[in-house]
Amino acid sequence: MADFRAANQRQAYVFLAPWIFGALALTVGPMVVSLYLSFTDYDLFTTPRWVGLDNFVRMFTDDGRYLQSVKVTSLYVLVSVPLKLVTSLLVAMLLNTRAGSHGFYRAAFYAPSLLGASVAAALVWRALFTSGGPVNAVLAGLGWHTPSWVDDPDFSLWSIILLGVWQFGAPMVIFLAGLKQIPAELHEAASIDGAGPVSRFWHITLPMLSPVIFFNLVMEAIHAFQAFTPAFVIGGGRGGPADSDLFYTLYLFQVGFEDFDMGYASAMAWVLLAVIAIVTAVVFRSARLWVFYDDDGGLDS
Amino acid sequence: MKSFRLTIWHAVCLAGVLIVLYPLVWLAFASVKPPTEILSSLDLFPDEFVFDGYSKGWEGAAGIGFGRFFLNSFIVAGGSVIANVLSCSLAAFAFARLEFRLRGPLFAFMITTLMLPYHVTLIPQYIIFQQAGLVNTFVPLILPKLLATEAFFVFLIIQFMRGIPRELDEAATIDGCTVYRTFWHVVLPLSKPALVTTSIFTFIWTWNDFFTQMVYLNDTDKFTVPLGLRLFVDTSSESNFGAMFAMSALALVPIVLFFLAFQRLLVEGVSTSGLKG
Repeated sequence: MADFRAANQRQAYVFLAPWIFGALALTVGPMVVSLYLSFTDYDLFTTPRWVGLDNFVRMFTDDGRYLQSVKVTSLYVLVSVPLKLVTSLLVAMLLNTRAGSHGFYRAAFYAPSLLGASVAAALVWRALFTSGGPVNAVLAGLGWHTPSWVDDPDFSLWSIILLGVWQFGAPMVIFLAGLKQIPAELHEAASIDGAGPVSRFWHITLPMLSPVIFFNLVMEAIHAFQAFTPAFVIGGGRGGPADSDLFYTLYLFQVGFEDFDMGYASAMAWVLLAVIAIVTAVVFRSARLWVFYDDDGGLDS
Repeated sequence: MKSFRLTIWHAVCLAGVLIVLYPLVWLAFASVKPPTEILSSLDLFPDEFVFDGYSKGWEGAAGIGFGRFFLNSFIVAGGSVIANVLSCSLAAFAFARLEFRLRGPLFAFMITTLMLPYHVTLIPQYIIFQQAGLVNTFVPLILPKLLATEAFFVFLIIQFMRGIPRELDEAATIDGCTVYRTFWHVVLPLSKPALVTTSIFTFIWTWNDFFTQMVYLNDTDKFTVPLGLRLFVDTSSESNFGAMFAMSALALVPIVLFFLAFQRLLVEGVSTSGLKG
């Protein structure tokens, strides 16, 4: 038996070899290097020069575009994530009412999730939201006159937010799977006790669905912090009117790969990592208050 | 009464589908409109069908045709699919089936990398590939996948392998199969659904990927489809609209085909593993 175990050990590392090599050479190693670079001034061609905390100080005291990118990205995350989750939950509930016959609708609502992240979809979006585009025409028909969204600093980000919400398919499908797990008896029992649909939604559906809401919230937030393609395309490659589409990752790209200020870009990446880690940790901690687990498993992590 | 409610339900769902799919339908028709009509006319249907956009767009840029961009995208996406399926299933088998001392910590590490923003490793990775003279080749786009850096798929395959009855590989072991043969002849064939899901998502995400390809590919003859489309990003002249929308429509065709062919598997893959779209 001991021999088998030892052999198993060795074989396990044979199977893991590519993954371990990748983890060391492309994840752990680079993380250490980028942490080091974040304290340096480095342009890719000369040796990195140690500058201590200068990059981080510059970010928050002397770089208006950086602060703008933080503002734009925060707004995007804070608005698009809840909007996307609400939309996906509503559509999932709509589809959940008639079991069995929703295959076509589920697929159709899911499709933009796959297509929407592309450059092509963002180019279409830009056309839909320009001055003569269909969106403005519909709004004008309703008596609401809007400027060319993509060219107006106050509207541009909103068109990108809507592009994000349009891709609600993935969380919707996950919600739908979660809704199907809720035992029908719970709803029946509550109905017999006189609970209406609204009350059942608040007291049965939401608590039973809370682990799925939690999962979707974490995944979508992490995803939203790193949005790039729509900001690049809709902002015309520069960050949009008055930098109103200057997403964090877009600015990081400009700093690192156009200005070759790689030390500063590394520092920016580490701040992004820190923010994502903090937000995730906060959501995980808050989960104790609002995530309800049916089994007594609780949150292990 | 019941059928009335069902009709209302279908009407609401159909209205939703129309809104959600409108941008794609709009693109399909815009690609065959005369360029001047695309933004000036609100009719969805063109007055006359014009295919100039396709012929003009297909010429590409700087003497490199759009066909080349498609070929490059297929090479990158195809290479990524093979690399991901191989490396991720190897790692997943170790985590799902084998006992080894560092299993707990390594698994936790892998799950953590799911949340790691790509940007933290981007610059040192770029330096490595630049030192190795591999910038402006497809290697930086495929090699990381051969090293199972996409933890999403490792996790997806682990979850699937855990559902395969252990008795099957125990029986194989008793019959004298080595671990390698058990993996290759028993577990891997049974994991086919997870491998297909991995392939499809890898293909679509690589096909859509813009950031990495823009970072690593500089020369026009290396351009992939998203980089070809990027050439249209700063054009505001109406004369280019035809080509822009024709090529955008073509760019989405492979994804639409994949989607139509595998939609059940895709949707099921998302709902069981929680993959982002």
